[in-house]
Amino acid sequence: MRIVPDVGAATEMPALEPLLVELARDGRHVRGGEGAEDHIPASFRRTVPLALPELTEPQVVRHYTHLAQLNYSVDGGMYPLGSCTMKYNPKVNDRAAALPGFADIHPQQPDETVQGALALLHELQDILAKVTGMDAVTLQPAAGAHAEFTAVLMFKAYHESRGEGSTRRRVIVPDSAHGTNPASAAMCGFDVTTVRSDARGNIDLASLKAALGPDVVGLMLTNPNTLGLFEERVREVCAAVHDVGGLVYGDGANMNALLGVVRPGDLGLDCIHINVHKTFSTPHGAGGPGAGPLCVKTPLEPFLPLHRVIRDADGTYRRVAGARFSQAVGRMRSFVGNFGVLVRAYTYMRTLGEEGMVETSNDAILAANYLLARLRARYQVAYDRTPMHEFVLTAAPQKKKGASALDIAKALIDEGFHPPSVYFPLIVPEALMIEPTETEPKETLDAFADALLRIAERVDSDPGSLHDAPVSAPLRRLDEVSAARRPVLRWKPSL
Amino acid sequence: MLAAIGVASVDDLLTAIPADARRPALGLPPGMSEAEVQAHLEELAARNRPAGAGPFFLGGPVQRRYIPAAVPVLALRGEFLTAYTPYQPEVSQGTLQAVFEYQSLMAELLAMDVVNSSMYEGSTAMAEAAFMAVRAAGRKKVVVAADVFAQYRQTLATYARGPDLEVVTAPASQLAAAAAGAACVIVQYPNAFGGLIDVRGTADLAHAAGALCVVVTEPHACALLEPPGALGADIVVGEGQPLGIPISFGGPHLGIIACREPLVRQLPGRIVGQTADANGTRGFVNTLQTREQHIRREKATSNICTNEALAAIMAATYLALLGPEGLRAAARVGVQRAHELARRLAALPGCSVAPDTSTPMDWGIPHFFDRFLLLTPLGDGLREALLAEDILAGEPTRGHYTHVADGVLVQCTEMTTPAEMDALVAAVQRIASREPVATG
Repeated sequence: MRIVPDVGAATEMPALEPLLVELARDGRHVRGGEGAEDHIPASFRRTVPLALPELTEPQVVRHYTHLAQLNYSVDGGMYPLGSCTMKYNPKVNDRAAALPGFADIHPQQPDETVQGALALLHELQDILAKVTGMDAVTLQPAAGAHAEFTAVLMFKAYHESRGEGSTRRRVIVPDSAHGTNPASAAMCGFDVTTVRSDARGNIDLASLKAALGPDVVGLMLTNPNTLGLFEERVREVCAAVHDVGGLVYGDGANMNALLGVVRPGDLGLDCIHINVHKTFSTPHGAGGPGAGPLCVKTPLEPFLPLHRVIRDADGTYRRVAGARFSQAVGRMRSFVGNFGVLVRAYTYMRTLGEEGMVETSNDAILAANYLLARLRARYQVAYDRTPMHEFVLTAAPQKKKGASALDIAKALIDEGFHPPSVYFPLIVPEALMIEPTETEPKETLDAFADALLRIAERVDSDPGSLHDAPVSAPLRRLDEVSAARRPVLRWKPSL
Repeated sequence: MLAAIGVASVDDLLTAIPADARRPALGLPPGMSEAEVQAHLEELAARNRPAGAGPFFLGGPVQRRYIPAAVPVLALRGEFLTAYTPYQPEVSQGTLQAVFEYQSLMAELLAMDVVNSSMYEGSTAMAEAAFMAVRAAGRKKVVVAADVFAQYRQTLATYARGPDLEVVTAPASQLAAAAAGAACVIVQYPNAFGGLIDVRGTADLAHAAGALCVVVTEPHACALLEPPGALGADIVVGEGQPLGIPISFGGPHLGIIACREPLVRQLPGRIVGQTADANGTRGFVNTLQTREQHIRREKATSNICTNEALAAIMAATYLALLGPEGLRAAARVGVQRAHELARRLAALPGCSVAPDTSTPMDWGIPHFFDRFLLLTPLGDGLREALLAEDILAGEPTRGHYTHVADGVLVQCTEMTTPAEMDALVAAVQRIASREPVATG
């Protein structure tokens, strides 16, 4: 038995690196011990082939080493993806998470055997509450979107507890919001009403007030918003939602701008999630894992998911559920959270301390504003006022000249940089969303600005030349249309 | 830099923020040097009892298995660890090909058509599978077997509060009756107690009712058992943590979700597909993105964005290192040790194990895989008594599983040593021979 591709000509396609199955050879492995099958009735035994590739360890090591070398990463260079906060990930965080006392403990161990882990989680809850100005925290959500879903479920339970579960059916979302916001509301069966942004990039207050009513569950607010702009009338916005009995959810994706600058809890928000894989430096892992702690004000605390981590008067820590928490929404996942990620975040936060937090956001804001000041000469700003930790350019003028935001992004690859986020937020045509983070020194910011300015000159002189970019990456542009039209999602065994 | 911006200080950039809320004192302790923070974390870690520090039989959804040295060395390379979601495929082929290979290997193991690039963990994967079935079937009732992991059923119950789904929990004997009008029937194989349930029969009864069959499974079991994809499952989910990922107090782990080809447009999350670049060189991209939240917003199949891609890469690395024989061998050792341990424990006075050919449980399952329920006169008090002897045995069943006597779960893997088994047998013999006393 050997796996062969069932995708026809694919086998003849040149490739950067063979697939595991193409490196494999049958019979390379000696068959292991028998005997266990005696305990498994014949009718339950596997009869379909198990055509996993047979490889030697050096082959596997070289394969993944070659693959790794095809990736751009923060360890390799500046990664200014807007809204993603690709800051440097300190290595001490990884070492802490790998300690056997953390990596080798089981979630079903009794509390008395995991006091150090529970103490860490409890302390982390406390730090997050202080940084956000909230009162209680759950560490369960695995990511920002998971926290959004948790919170909207809690909103639902909150309104139900007040006898308004059946009447409140609508969630308000600004048109600049991340796609996860409306998707999370929809997972709770709610309708989504989109409100537009005004000329200064704020929520249009008149549109918001027109959309509000007694059927509103709440508002999902990102602040700073995805334009990198602080919501100038945030207290009026929150008050308007509260006036109709709604709740305000904070999408904390952009919290990196706010550490020691302002606490969302002081602005009228009822809760906020934190992407620790953004603000608190845990590595993104090529798409995950992350962790999305959810911080809430006291009125929402009874609805937090279980189990909670609490500290008893005698200084011991426990995971608790039970009748005392009868209003809790339930369990959002099997265990307390993405612990290995939370250990990294805790390590980072203790490293920073109070002063380090303040410095982090200061430097992030300074870096973004400096970069914007350098780019203004050749690029148009979408909403031109002082941004926080990121900003959004529009390549609409370049598009008229013949090079799109996508072309500019791909040209940046040839300049040695990862591109910014493109075509988001949706309200900005040809958007280039740039977030440098606090960990890039001035020299790197200047090199990045120089690269974007050179590209702007190329757009003026020879926009067509950008259509070929990238030419120096491992691959040229990929055919995404064919990938979706004729999906090849795996290799299949074939006789 | 301030001069280039045209301001005197960073505070001049903060004027959009209400003045009275600016620059709050956070009340945090001062920062630490790297050496200090390392020492602090080591001190916290030292207050935990690692699995390897003594006899250990916890398991179920999270299993202590051997992690080959090459897995963390490769998957935790900075190029994987510190990359983002592969939005720019030209400079992300390492991630994309590694995830495509994960999808391929996992689909082969489960005998399913399509696997996505990962979910958060097993229980949320199961809940999302229920949402998939609800959309596909246009029905709002979900049936789940009573012998599915309690944590998984609890997560499902929480998720179901969102779209107001009706969740019916039923023992195996009542699944057929419960399936009427359901979007799906969810079973676990092996079940929470390691029992080998009849997946084919479940699939048939689900399909007869116009429902989908969702199977929760585990990767090592699929190496030896007929995989769910060969038994009529429409959606398969599970926890991928045993494939080279640390137990790490419950996360980060790997949610597996797989489906048959006709359901692919209902799948949540990211999927990597093969294509070619402008030169005709093979390459990989995130594909079928019109299912996803960043395109479809409130009409997306799920809100999931950040996933567990790194864990998927670790799992694929693990499978590549072990190969089919290595995976079977690891699974076999767990099965053999569990059966040997069960035989020895069941021979002790007052002790029995389930599932068992001589004492079939209410659902009539006589065979188990690599974990079982240990029943003694102490009921779940046994767990506390074992802890006093520094033996960690499984979760108590009381209150979490109907139709099941109070006992403790005992999981074996290739990490379970003969010395640990001897220690457990000796301890249970001592404890069970004592007068049963009220504990805890």
